[in-house]
Amino acid sequence: MAQFNYLNELNSLATIDGPITRGPLQRWVKKSGAENMNPTLSTSKNISNANLSGINQSMHKLSVSANQSCNNSVLSANKTPTRADIRKNKKTPSKNKSPGRSTTPTPNKASKTPNKADRFIPSRSNTNYDLCHYMLTREEEKSDEPTLATEALSKALGETDQGRLLQYTCKAPAAPEGYQNRLRVVYSQAKVPSTVKNTSRYIPHSPDRILDAPDIVDDFYLNILDWSASNILAVALGNAVYLWNAGTGQIEELMCLEGNDPVCSVQWVQGSGSHLAVGLSSGVVELWDCEKIKRLRVMDGHSARVGSLAWNLYVVSSGSRDGNIVHHDVRQRDHNVATINAHTQEICNLKWSPDGKYLASGGNDNELNIWPLAQGHHYTQTQYLYSFRSHLAAVKGLAWCPWSNGILASGGGTADRTIRIWNVNTGANLSTVDTKSQVCSILWSSHYKELISGHGYANNQLVIWKYPSMARVADLTGHVARVLHLCLSPDGTSVLSAGADETLRLWKVFMLDPAKKKDPVDTKAAKSLLNMNSLIR
Amino acid sequence: MSQQQTKNCITLRGSAQILCEYLKFAINSVLFQRGLYPPETFKAEQQYGITLLLSEDPLIKDFLTNLLTQSEEWIVNKKVDKLSLIILNVATKEVLECWDFNVQYEDGDVALSKEKNETVSSKDLKKIKQEIRDVMLQIAATISYLPFLDCRCSFDVLVHARPDCDIPEKWAEAKPVEITNAQNVQLKSFSTSLNKMETVVSYKLTD
Repeated sequence: MAQFNYLNELNSLATIDGPITRGPLQRWVKKSGAENMNPTLSTSKNISNANLSGINQSMHKLSVSANQSCNNSVLSANKTPTRADIRKNKKTPSKNKSPGRSTTPTPNKASKTPNKADRFIPSRSNTNYDLCHYMLTREEEKSDEPTLATEALSKALGETDQGRLLQYTCKAPAAPEGYQNRLRVVYSQAKVPSTVKNTSRYIPHSPDRILDAPDIVDDFYLNILDWSASNILAVALGNAVYLWNAGTGQIEELMCLEGNDPVCSVQWVQGSGSHLAVGLSSGVVELWDCEKIKRLRVMDGHSARVGSLAWNLYVVSSGSRDGNIVHHDVRQRDHNVATINAHTQEICNLKWSPDGKYLASGGNDNELNIWPLAQGHHYTQTQYLYSFRSHLAAVKGLAWCPWSNGILASGGGTADRTIRIWNVNTGANLSTVDTKSQVCSILWSSHYKELISGHGYANNQLVIWKYPSMARVADLTGHVARVLHLCLSPDGTSVLSAGADETLRLWKVFMLDPAKKKDPVDTKAAKSLLNMNSLIR
Repeated sequence: MSQQQTKNCITLRGSAQILCEYLKFAINSVLFQRGLYPPETFKAEQQYGITLLLSEDPLIKDFLTNLLTQSEEWIVNKKVDKLSLIILNVATKEVLECWDFNVQYEDGDVALSKEKNETVSSKDLKKIKQEIRDVMLQIAATISYLPFLDCRCSFDVLVHARPDCDIPEKWAEAKPVEITNAQNVQLKSFSTSLNKMETVVSYKLTD
């Protein structure tokens, strides 16, 4: 057998990760471990049994099995060699421990005895076999009676089996056809499509300048930012209008209203004139000469605040909260050329097309109307050409494509979040893109075939889109509140954004590539010449 | 609303009315909060000290009135164990969400009942309304974890009645519904001390 012992030892050495089961002493260790383990396990079960009076049947099974294992261990204890038996017999009388007994054998102490240094000997007196046995058998007697839990379970099961399920046969109607759960906005807001298309040109992702705009009115329906062709930015902050000369950096206060009513809209005349139209909360439109800082005219016509203005040569069109558009001819004494009942709710934005043939109006009634200027009718036409009703929220973002005739971009508010491109010559919706965020304003770039849009919750970002693919080119984040308004610098290279966080940020996102500079400048020159021609007419 | 004979005394009928009023507001709240119907078809109303929304749709109003007047009778006669508001996908008829309103019957104020020869409760009405308000606020808060219902939805109410309950006109037996991969959330409960109402919402868990 010696050779096998040697082989066994080798094997046990070779299997490092296996359990150490071989070797002559292991059997004792294992046995003493088993002896110790089972009783303590059953004791803990008994304690829990004793503590919890209402226990389910599975617990009973457990306790039964524990009992069996306990019996097993007793059996195995019987099988132990005489030494263990002697030990057991010795310890049995010590069950009723007297407090005066000084040497209570603990497993540790037993293991520390020098002649059995590598053995673990459990304390039988501490495991309370008698108590364990009593508790186990007592539970077994009780197990015939149904416990509270099983009673409840059977009751519940019985009731569902017996009960009747009734329904009222006249059903409530389903949600109306085509209705879309508006909570969609809440659930999908954070998911911004991550595909940002690579472009060959460099787009700075941080603003070039940040200007303070204290007291800016956080109102989606106003249009209080405009940049003139003569490089002067007009911005209304609260009840005052300020002029910022972008070339020199000078700031002038144009006007300040008495009281707390805010200025609702500002719009420069076309070309490089110095006339600024200002829409007020009282419903009047004022015309200011910004060189002389002098008010030229006050034009009434609305019963509510004027939130949007648009110039077409000598006519300024004003949109109001009362839903009407009024065309004011600034040259005539009787300035009110026509009043159009355009929308059922507040008008959010007005834009004349670059060729002056169409007026686009976006309303809080989710409609986008196109008003034609037919030859000879002279603004008196009160019937719209198209009324687009695809947007599901207020249409505030509006912009005409500067290079393609009759192409209009529109953006919807919080519940809609789409940018739609329209061809007003045909009335077709060319493309739609879900921006995943409120669209507050849109601009077309004059140098690139791109659009830029300003957004609200959740990222308050500006997004540059490629036209006509409507692929995301860049996301510009920085504003900490929604981007209310956007305007393009006269040279077309920078975008100014006004945020509800009381800042104006200047983004040089449409800078021209020096290598390609020559060509666009030429086209721009040609375009300004075109503008001149249209002014002369 | 409840029939109060004297101060702090709620009869069986009154308790059933409190329960049905709760059901009316709870069901309307669910319809509004879960966005089943356009929000403009709801009207705000002050109840339990908070603003709750009630559907203005005549068909929904009719349905709920009929359902709740019948349920009130059943609750008075202790015939109902549970009402289940189920939300279905109109297209597939799949059950997406189930709101269980469990009705339990309690003894009320035994001493006072003997005195009056009628089962009554002496629970303070203010306290009951406070409890109902807590449940309502919880219902409003459920949209934070319930999954989005991205389809046209309809709703129905199933009544789990006792076997000895008669089927009135225009009522029919229904089949039990089940939600696949359901997740249950128990909301707060309230009690008139004659009836206890537990509200449980179970919804389809999507991964």
